[in-house]
Amino acid sequence: MRGTVRLFASLREAAGRSKIEWELVEGATVEMLVAHLRTTLPGLDEQAGNTWIAVNRRYASLETALRDGDEVALFPPVSGG
Amino acid sequence: MSDKLFEITTTPISVDEVSRRVSSPAVGAVVNFAGIVRGTNAGHQVHYLEYEAYPEMAEPMLAQIAEQVKARWPVEEVAIVHRVGRLEIGEISIVIAVASGHRQGAFEAGRYAIDRVKEIVPIWKKEYFEGGEVWIEGPEKPPPA
Repeated sequence: MRGTVRLFASLREAAGRSKIEWELVEGATVEMLVAHLRTTLPGLDEQAGNTWIAVNRRYASLETALRDGDEVALFPPVSGG
Repeated sequence: MSDKLFEITTTPISVDEVSRRVSSPAVGAVVNFAGIVRGTNAGHQVHYLEYEAYPEMAEPMLAQIAEQVKARWPVEEVAIVHRVGRLEIGEISIVIAVASGHRQGAFEAGRYAIDRVKEIVPIWKKEYFEGGEVWIEGPEKPPPA
């Protein structure tokens, strides 16, 4: 199954890109995706501290199971206003 | 000009204009909140801010906050507009307009709305100052999944 990852703010800068395509085996979780990203994009690893996760524009967690076509977003704690 | 109640925009925001978006014959009070780019932070001078958002997630979340506001207070309508991109000192970053039949509750509702925006809506700011730049990080914990 495949989908996209979107990165924002400090994570986007650390990775050097804002959008990545992912491809994982059925049953994969966000945690597996993040682990995979950290090996391919070393910059992300240094920003690992406090990463918030959204799947299809709703807050999710590392345990969230992925489905084909999911849009995963990774970003630091929000600071709008 | 837009008539959207919940908007992430790259253009300057006018308090009057957002306030008009919530007006109707049922409305007897509008409380407006404007967030302004401050020229100092923790004792140092700020040159400007850059805001970034995840608009496809942020706009529905602004609408969700407005629904919570309407469920808790006797409020007719809420508009929340947040600007992104480079903002100079003194420029408006966010306007929240809360319209109600009477003034009761409208202030409290606006206070709740700005607090929730800062806690959960995917928007970030980067501060540029003499000799550097830093991403500002907000709350430590994400909202529950």
